[in-house]
Amino acid sequence: MSRGITLRFDAVSLAYARGGPPVVSDVSIAAPPAAMTAVVGPNGSGKSSLVRGVLGLMPQHSGRILAGEVDLLGATPRAMSRLVAVMPQRESLAFPMLVRDYVALGRSPFLRLWEATTDHDEELIRDAMERAEVQGFADRRTDELSGGEWQRVRLARAMAQDTPILLLDEPTTFLDIAHEMSTFETLAREARNGRTVILVSHTLTLVARFADQMVLMHAGSVAATGTPRDVMQASILESVYGWPLVVSHDPAVGAPTLVPLRRPTRAGPRGDAAR
Amino acid sequence: MPPVRRRPAVLWVVTGLALSVLALASLGLGAVSIAPEAVLSALLGHGDELPMTIVRDLRLPRVALAMLVGCALGSSGAALQGTLRNALAEPYLLGVSGGAAVGAVVAISLGVSGVAVVPVAAFGGAICAVSLVLGLARAVGGMRDPRTLLMAGVIIGAFANAIILIVLADQSPEKVRGALWWMAGGVNDASWPRVAWLLAYVLPGMGMLVARGRVLDVLALGDDSAAALGTDVGRATRDIFLISALLAAASVAAAGLVGFVGLVVPNIARAFGIARHRSLIVTSALGGATLVLFADLLARTMRAPLELPLGAITALIGVPVFLSRLRRMR
Repeated sequence: MSRGITLRFDAVSLAYARGGPPVVSDVSIAAPPAAMTAVVGPNGSGKSSLVRGVLGLMPQHSGRILAGEVDLLGATPRAMSRLVAVMPQRESLAFPMLVRDYVALGRSPFLRLWEATTDHDEELIRDAMERAEVQGFADRRTDELSGGEWQRVRLARAMAQDTPILLLDEPTTFLDIAHEMSTFETLAREARNGRTVILVSHTLTLVARFADQMVLMHAGSVAATGTPRDVMQASILESVYGWPLVVSHDPAVGAPTLVPLRRPTRAGPRGDAAR
Repeated sequence: MPPVRRRPAVLWVVTGLALSVLALASLGLGAVSIAPEAVLSALLGHGDELPMTIVRDLRLPRVALAMLVGCALGSSGAALQGTLRNALAEPYLLGVSGGAAVGAVVAISLGVSGVAVVPVAAFGGAICAVSLVLGLARAVGGMRDPRTLLMAGVIIGAFANAIILIVLADQSPEKVRGALWWMAGGVNDASWPRVAWLLAYVLPGMGMLVARGRVLDVLALGDDSAAALGTDVGRATRDIFLISALLAAASVAAAGLVGFVGLVVPNIARAFGIARHRSLIVTSALGGATLVLFADLLARTMRAPLELPLGAITALIGVPVFLSRLRRMR
């Protein structure tokens, strides 16, 4: 398995159009190897734009996105995909294919036009399917999978790239508790084994249990960064999300837990915040 | 849903056998019927001179041209559908047919009668139309957006139709008939030089598409995922679009407008469980060759000695097949 390298956003600003308003302004983040870094924040705070910046899909950019020593903003798509395996937020296949064939596409950054997969590639594909626990449906069609199975298959494809950095945009969307936990445990295992794992997520409580480092985004900038205990402060989260909430600590595992409150209604103090 | 086939060899063998039987029938049937043994003897250079001349000089180039036209349209359609992530995409929707028709109609209306000039004019028209479609899509920032490309193709096609109507407005009935006949498609003018000319496009074109099979698999995942897997989406889309358009333009130049092959055949191949594009392109080429050869056989024999337009026959076969596929896709 590839050893991790640091993914560093260095004073990065991104915009969707030349001369247009920046969706990310002067962001500096470092995701170290052998750790899970979670980027959280409200909708529209610029989280997914950072992922698209790594993919080279933001037409206007400044600053540097460094994977080790390589600046991804100036790298070719192939060079980028050999260092960072990205699992984008959404993906719908135009035509169904076998799960095994889909996961094997993870090796495409390493193959030339006519080149077939080698024994080494096949071993990495098998290994990725085992680690993502999808080998049981390797011979099924992608359009026959449940939402949870599909997300795990996508994760397997990213793992098959065997890159030092794994970057995932909301990998647990549409998943039930068991699939969510299983996905986070898989990612935590990848981080423990030395890989750099960085993920964008909305599930703050779960992220706080698994991540080594959290980055809170707000309006295209970094609002807070540090350990989950540093970032999961009610005052910080309330000002960023604009919603009353309470942060307690899970008695079983000690991790910060977020409880959003109901706002008081005009008719009377019936909301949670009034209690 | 059929199971996805990882190894399409059985399907290729069956299609190859069907193609051989159709080729044998096409070589034997016509104004002069020739028995299958005599056809084989003629192919090997034995037997009487008359059947040998009919088989080798008249019918064999026609069979070869029909097969090559089918190969070009089938593989081109499979590649375009993958690139544009749309099972309804086909070369003719992207301006190729309209541009080729303008080139041919202008050549015919100028009184050009040489068999070599009309195809060259059609080829030039097709390439111009494809360049306009690409330019238009790029100008509105939609090179990566299949909907923009298809819309640009439809607009250029409508523009081409308007030009054709204006050019034909003051032409003699003979020239109008000649232009209409060309637009209806056919391989009755087949000759070995024309076969060689088309082969020079089909072989490298298909080779380049087959080589890009994995790129097509990745493009079919969508832009973000394709970029995540190291694909320069804009460049890959443009390359495959140009190769496919060149194949379709060459086939239009050689045989006029033979519609529905590029649309129907890849969908049938998918219905047989072919998913990966490398296999899909080869299967679609074989299927396209079979469909066009079968349609040409019908065109020659249904109302013999009258020959029906090949494009009309492929449409008659293609429309019901496509409608049934569309129903299953729902």
